[in-house]
Amino acid sequence: MSIPIAWYLVLAAVLFGIGAFGLLTKRSALIMFMCIELMLNAVNLTFVTFSRSFSDIGGQVTVFFVMVVAAAEVTVGLGIVVAVFRKRASTSVDELTELKD
Amino acid sequence: MAHVAVLIPLLPLVGFLILITMGNQIKEPTSGWIATSVVGASFIATVIAFVLLLHRHSREATVNLFSWIRVGNFHVHVALLLDPLSITMCLFVTGISALIHLYSIGYMHGEKDFNKFFIYLNLFVFSMLVLVLANSLLFTFVGWEGVGVCSYWLVSYYFEKPAAASAGKKAFIYNRVGDLGLLFAMFLLFHHTGSLTYLTIFSHTSSLSPTTATLVVLSLLLAAAGKSAQIPLFNWLPDAMEGPTPVSALIHAATMVTAGVYLLCRMGPVLALSSSGRLTIAIIGAATALVAATIATSQRDIKKVLAFSTVSQIGYMILAVGCGAYSAAIFLMVAHAFFKALLFLGSGSVIHSLNGEQDLHLMGGLRKYLPLTFPTFLIGWLTISGIPPFAGFWAKGDVLVNAFEYNKALWVVGLLTAVLTAYYMSRLFVLTFRGTERFRGITHDHDPHESPWVMTAPLVILAVLSVLGGVLGLPWIHVSSIEGFINPVFGALPALSHASTTVQWSLGIVDVIAAVFGLLAAFTLWRRTEPWPLYESSFLYHVWHWDDFYDATIGRPLTAFADFSSDVIEPDVIDGAVMGTAVSVRKSSEGLRKLQDGLVRHYAVAMVLGIAVIVLFLVGRVW
Amino acid sequence: MIAVALTIPDVVVYVVAALMIVVGALGVISFRNPVHCALSLIMTLFGVAIAFIEQEAQFLAAVEIIVYAGAIVILFLFVIMFLGVDRRDEVRVDPLVGQRAFAGVGVVITIAGIIFLMARSHWITGVPHVATGVATKGNNSNVQELGRAVFTTYLFAFEATAALLVIAVVGAVVLARRERASTLESSDA
Repeated sequence: MSIPIAWYLVLAAVLFGIGAFGLLTKRSALIMFMCIELMLNAVNLTFVTFSRSFSDIGGQVTVFFVMVVAAAEVTVGLGIVVAVFRKRASTSVDELTELKD
Repeated sequence: MAHVAVLIPLLPLVGFLILITMGNQIKEPTSGWIATSVVGASFIATVIAFVLLLHRHSREATVNLFSWIRVGNFHVHVALLLDPLSITMCLFVTGISALIHLYSIGYMHGEKDFNKFFIYLNLFVFSMLVLVLANSLLFTFVGWEGVGVCSYWLVSYYFEKPAAASAGKKAFIYNRVGDLGLLFAMFLLFHHTGSLTYLTIFSHTSSLSPTTATLVVLSLLLAAAGKSAQIPLFNWLPDAMEGPTPVSALIHAATMVTAGVYLLCRMGPVLALSSSGRLTIAIIGAATALVAATIATSQRDIKKVLAFSTVSQIGYMILAVGCGAYSAAIFLMVAHAFFKALLFLGSGSVIHSLNGEQDLHLMGGLRKYLPLTFPTFLIGWLTISGIPPFAGFWAKGDVLVNAFEYNKALWVVGLLTAVLTAYYMSRLFVLTFRGTERFRGITHDHDPHESPWVMTAPLVILAVLSVLGGVLGLPWIHVSSIEGFINPVFGALPALSHASTTVQWSLGIVDVIAAVFGLLAAFTLWRRTEPWPLYESSFLYHVWHWDDFYDATIGRPLTAFADFSSDVIEPDVIDGAVMGTAVSVRKSSEGLRKLQDGLVRHYAVAMVLGIAVIVLFLVGRVW
Repeated sequence: MIAVALTIPDVVVYVVAALMIVVGALGVISFRNPVHCALSLIMTLFGVAIAFIEQEAQFLAAVEIIVYAGAIVILFLFVIMFLGVDRRDEVRVDPLVGQRAFAGVGVVITIAGIIFLMARSHWITGVPHVATGVATKGNNSNVQELGRAVFTTYLFAFEATAALLVIAVVGAVVLARRERASTLESSDA
């Protein structure tokens, strides 16, 4: 209860950073998705922290919606992954270069 | 009176509109009669307005027509200013225009573009009247440009002839250079007095410093030099003789070329502020008069002699303006309009009788074939030479008296010019009407015939006016003289010591002696046929090589620059810049295209790096 | 820097949550086997749930476990198995030149900068929380409070996310359908 919000915010920032680094560095689409989830969780943590510090329930409401949207996003995203990678053997995103031209 | 005044410029405009809209249905000579009658009606309106003006207690009236420009503090109305000066101008403009319109019906008979001629001529009269009647510099400028463009159209009337087309261009371009002067003067005057209306400017002359006034005067002089063919912009007038003779008579003798003199007279109150400006004007006038007179002595074309004579006579008028003798200038202008128009129309009659020949060396002995042209031309010749009691003697004498009072050196120049004037006009007269008949090669076995009545009637009328015109300025009739009538317009005239009667009489006698001397010289030299080449100077024939000088100093360098522009600047610099922009855009986009490699991870890194930059920026601000 | 009234249990809970989160995150990006990554993700999610409870967002902690750890990660595992990518991820060196370097630099700068900015704006000395805290405002429980907000102030967003879910379901069905026509990759959506 009395943890300073600073600690949580730094934690969230670090989590976000790790997720971002993973997103940029991994080649597998599925791992990249998981890193996205890490980042989303970092954001959720931040919102909840600020919700506590401003005494505004709106922060938690936002987290609520973020989770809903994340669920929807994962659904559709994995659907795409399945659709695209069923034809190929690997899930490497480096091979998806059709938008180059 | 306002309604009558509006009719003066309106009637020729109506004529113009009728002819231009229904031109195809109207045949010659009806169109000519329509044009002539509107100008004639305009003359009658002018006379009525003149009489009405005489009887008003204030001889100045502004007739407001409508509001033209309203921008902030800048208001310009389209309005007419009726005062003695403008009415005098209108009188002789409409009068002589009507006569020349009548003359043209006969002269232009058989031309395929008969209607077009009268359309332009009516429009010209309208523009000239606007110029003279306007109450503001801006409205005058409208008329100024209008006469310039009509002059261009009429000079290049025979536009299929390359010489005529290029003469029209030359006239217009020289005029344009002069217009810069008028525009500059307008800018200065508006800047310092806040108005372009004459009366308002004249009431604010105290806000013009001497330098500004001099600048204004010099700019106006440039404008006058362009329009009235003075040094350094006179070369266009001789070339403008390519136009039909009535055009030469009307525009390049009686009306348009006097517009410059009118402008300077109108701006008299401003000229009064700058004595150096007036001196410059006087010098230019005197110099032009002399130079043009010398050139006229060696010309072979009858119309060119008259053209240079016009330049010379206008030089006299400009000289008078410089001396501050505005009414003398106007008097000479009116008299000159009469006798120069007479001479031109007479020469037109001669040319007409010889099937278009204009070379003096191919005329001669026409006295017995042209019973009406000959005596009228004789009167014109005597007038311009300054023989009393014809109008020219009084008018020119007036100018010379004032020049004598102002600056003796300029008077000497004026006197020399008078001698030359008598000389070259007599030469022209002798070569055309007396001596042996050298024209048989042109007319073969037909005799030259006199012109129809439409052409000779104006000649007679003008001859009468030349005889009687002197009455306007007789020195001992001050009450009804032109000087008394017009002078109040000019406000405070610069201090002019009036010559005593003795001086006037002595100068008058000197003038007569000079005229007779020139006359006799011409008669002696030109009676026989053989010694001709000796008495015509090639230098003078080629206009002091003035055209060649302009060509070398202005024409060729500009053409070279134009060639340079089109060969170098256009493709390399301008096109290069435009194409270069396109090319560099293409090259840079090709380079940037390589960023779009289709790899998601590269895009993601780019995004993160972008965020990093923003964060760094924010950190930097807070640091 | 340190707020008043820090109690030991609080700190311990915080440290535990933090460790679970960070270790789990590192695990996600380090493991070769995607299944191991997914399991690390679960650990992170649990840590986050603990943090939520600590912050008096109990409902959200529950939702986190149920939806995130319970559904989304399961979905991940399902797809991993379905596509058969549970093999090891081969290459040690990134085929894209400098990718790791740029990514690392960018991320470090961003996160460090953000933390710096937060520090500069004095959150550290700020009050950790206002007296009553969110959840017990007006003696309502967290769920009640949350419900009240969602169904009144944020009702429109709620309805919109409902629509979004429908769209997502439709999208997923369309995407995963086997094509009977000749075109392969692009769906006819």
